Amino acid sequence: MSALTIDITVPRAAFDVVAQLEVTSGHALALVGPNGAGKSTVLAAIAGLVDGTGSVHLDDRDLNNLPAEQRGVGVVFQDFLLFPHLTVRDNVAFAARVSVGGWKAAREAAQPWLDRFDLAGLADRHPEALSGGQAQRVALARALASEPAVLVLDEPMASLDVEIRDDVRTDLAGYVRDFGGPTIIVSHDLDDAKALGDELAVIEKGLIVQRGTLAELAAAPATPWIARFASR
Amino acid sequence: MPASKRRNLQRQRTGPVVAILAAAGLALLVLPLLGLLFRAPWGQIPALVTSDVVLQALGLSLLTATISTLLCLVFGIPLAVLLSHSVRWHVIPRRLLRAAITIPLVLPPVIGGIALLLLLGRRGLIGQFLYGIGVTIPFTTGAVVIAQTFVAMPFLVFAVEGALRSADRRSELAASSLGASPAQVFRLVTLPLIGPGIAAGAVLCFTRALGEFGATITFAGSLPGVTRTLPIASYLAMNSDPDTAIALALVLLVVSLAVLLALRDRWLPGALS
Repeated sequence: MSALTIDITVPRAAFDVVAQLEVTSGHALALVGPNGAGKSTVLAAIAGLVDGTGSVHLDDRDLNNLPAEQRGVGVVFQDFLLFPHLTVRDNVAFAARVSVGGWKAAREAAQPWLDRFDLAGLADRHPEALSGGQAQRVALARALASEPAVLVLDEPMASLDVEIRDDVRTDLAGYVRDFGGPTIIVSHDLDDAKALGDELAVIEKGLIVQRGTLAELAAAPATPWIARFASR
Repeated sequence: MPASKRRNLQRQRTGPVVAILAAAGLALLVLPLLGLLFRAPWGQIPALVTSDVVLQALGLSLLTATISTLLCLVFGIPLAVLLSHSVRWHVIPRRLLRAAITIPLVLPPVIGGIALLLLLGRRGLIGQFLYGIGVTIPFTTGAVVIAQTFVAMPFLVFAVEGALRSADRRSELAASSLGASPAQVFRLVTLPLIGPGIAAGAVLCFTRALGEFGATITFAGSLPGVTRTLPIASYLAMNSDPDTAIALALVLLVVSLAVLLALRDRWLPGALS
């Protein structure tokens, strides 16, 4: 059982983003809030993609002094950021390619992930030839294939068509449950937060203003935004 | 192209003033070449282009332009990376860096050649020390390569810088989150993403090096087989043997066009999408 404990401050032009959060393994926290509240900044700070002061502890190890490539934080980016010049197979094999070296061994290591995410039939395609749902599966498989200790997902549903959302959301919730490590999912959508997170944390103007289950938030909303969000 | 997009393009009519001025501009670009083709002694061309004078100059030009293009790649790609990082610098060093890279574009090549001579010549700033240890650069094939690299470098740097700016650099963040070191990010993600820009820059670089005249004749002179490249040979022949001059010009034209056409629009400068 491991725990991710973050206490981090990221200076930004309008306001500093200050976040104290704890997520234990096997749990998924949905980080919600209005646009521009600092949700993605928190994820980037955990992953080491922006500089923040403070600490990002995984159990008693502080990741915050490590560069992104040594943190072991898997990231699913908002528009997935698949490598456009690589096939699906090589996108998923990328983590093995940089840790093991050599494409041949890396592609073999990627095969189980392709199978598990139902991507074997798409393995030779380039990202431009994928639908939104397929690209999301590739992004998730690519992140999990790096065998991260922590998984963060930035608006994983935002770029998907409305018609496929319900199915994709169900699949994604299953994959996230299977992951087993501490997970944080950024969303601005109630349905996504409800389906993907065990608990919610609300960030407004860079500050965590409330944390709890959806029922708790709905019963005693700390801010007008939470009241509107939880009652939708 | 989707039908709607084609309709939009059809609506973009070319007005008469634009058409006339564009035609005049195109004529200025193309008519001199037609003049060259019209005046060419076609009956003697096969013999002329296989003459020793032409083959020697062609071989030297291809060799030196290839080496200088490679040098531009080796030094120009890192320079382009530095230039793209300079957006975060203070305004004065940032502008100085850009100005330094632009100098060969705005400087007459002959002046560039004089500057190289004053730097690397026998009594030059660095040249005097090189001469002391027995190294002489001016008027050697190495001098041709240095002169070509000097004038061609900005073409490579600016093409690669443009590609760096238009590529989605966030892919690099994704790569580091997957465990890639900065060197691996550059090799596995950045380089492939800017590949077309590098190719475009290398083409411009090669054709510019191939056509280099002013800096070369000033800094390297015109020794047959050593520093007498195609443009220099063509210029010198113009007084004594115009037919050979035209043959040399045609060979230069064909090589340049062949390089440009071989790469087609995908990698051509101006078509970087």
